[in-house]
Amino acid sequence: MNGAWIAVVRRDMLLALRRRSDVATTLFFFVIVASLFPLGVSPEPALLRTLAPGVLWVAALLACMLSLTRLFAVDYADGTLEQMVLAPQSLTLLVLGKVFAHWLVSGLPVVLLAPVLGLQYAMPNDALLVLVWSLLLGTPALSLIGAIGAALTLGVRGSGLLVALLVLPLYVPVLIFGSGAVAASQSGLDAGAYLSLLGACSLLALALTPWATAAALRIAVE
Amino acid sequence: MKIMTGINWFKYSSPPAFYPLAGLLIPWFYTLATVFAAVGLYISFAVAPTDFQQGEAYRIIFVHVPAAWMSMFLYLVMATWAGFGLALNARLSHMMSQALAPTGAMFTLLALVTGSLWGRPMWGAWWVWDARLTSELILLFLYIGFIALQASIDDPRRADRASSLLALVGAVNVPIIYFSVKWWNTLHQGASISMTSAPKMAITMLTGMLMLALAFWMYSIAVALVRVRCIILERERRADWVRQLVEVKF
Repeated sequence: MNGAWIAVVRRDMLLALRRRSDVATTLFFFVIVASLFPLGVSPEPALLRTLAPGVLWVAALLACMLSLTRLFAVDYADGTLEQMVLAPQSLTLLVLGKVFAHWLVSGLPVVLLAPVLGLQYAMPNDALLVLVWSLLLGTPALSLIGAIGAALTLGVRGSGLLVALLVLPLYVPVLIFGSGAVAASQSGLDAGAYLSLLGACSLLALALTPWATAAALRIAVE
Repeated sequence: MKIMTGINWFKYSSPPAFYPLAGLLIPWFYTLATVFAAVGLYISFAVAPTDFQQGEAYRIIFVHVPAAWMSMFLYLVMATWAGFGLALNARLSHMMSQALAPTGAMFTLLALVTGSLWGRPMWGAWWVWDARLTSELILLFLYIGFIALQASIDDPRRADRASSLLALVGAVNVPIIYFSVKWWNTLHQGASISMTSAPKMAITMLTGMLMLALAFWMYSIAVALVRVRCIILERERRADWVRQLVEVKF
């Protein structure tokens, strides 16, 4: 049971390592979006500090969403996905492996890079720590929820834009709690409640979304 | 609708049996909608007294509140039909949820537009990031996502099942989104006037709203039935029973 899960994670990680530019594109998108805001608004540190939680979270959310189309598309095109659906192992478990690998490749780098961008936004140190924690707790939910959208739009024309339309409204709670945590810590309040809610979102997503994603994949390949 | 199919569930779950039944019911629901709308509009414009705080502009509430109720209720009904469609593998249930989506989106838009028309004289702004407005806006996005997914998949069977799954995912998310927006709202702005603290509603006002809500409800059923008949004709155009229909023959 666990063997299949580990095999899927290893395979997807290996594929990602062989095609590093995909990972780099997501990361650079995150950096570029975050760097455009000071150019568009103003380089005033006090203003940037108030904007930082929202801008960094929205940029992370968009970066995560853009990488979603790659989650199942290649496997769908070359028939691997059909074999996964037919495999004796539970499809839910294999989906969980793929989503975990996706998070390691596109979510975790964003978490690690975020404090550097936070420095550009003149954020204080304790807020940077909360930013990392909030992204660490929140990005798994983004990958898990996004997987449903990616599975539903497999092989559909204009799937990139469609994923945005399907997935972004569902991301709203994660965005609210994530940027809320950072904003709270910046204004000297306790961010613990927000972080707990973010963790709850991720756990709920972990419990429910793999089934929905597996069902969506079955619909797509049948 | 549920009561109607409940009489003889399995007979009317097949499109050939449902198509004439829907045709028979549509005029009745249109009539009911007209009667309720006439009574509701009469109460809301002629009987209900002018509000001493808000003046005449408050009367937009009579359209706004029922539209907001219907927008949420129709999403629930749509998700229920989607669930039936996935669980029982019934084509007609998927068609029903597909037929309801545009009406639901229309009522959501109506609630947003009337809300901003009401907000302009009351709050002094067309748009306020109030918890209700924001969650209504997100509900509109959910409706549009459903319609877009349904429209962009060519295979009707896959389109039905995929969009039904999306409707169910959305239905699970709606309460989470609502509460997160509510908490976000209380954190960010405390000063905006909340509708919950408004003075207690007069009984005539409530009657007017209920009448218009019933009118919208009946209208939704009628329109959904018209639309589901179109969908049935489109999907079953190669079936023999469709070719023998009087309205299709010539």
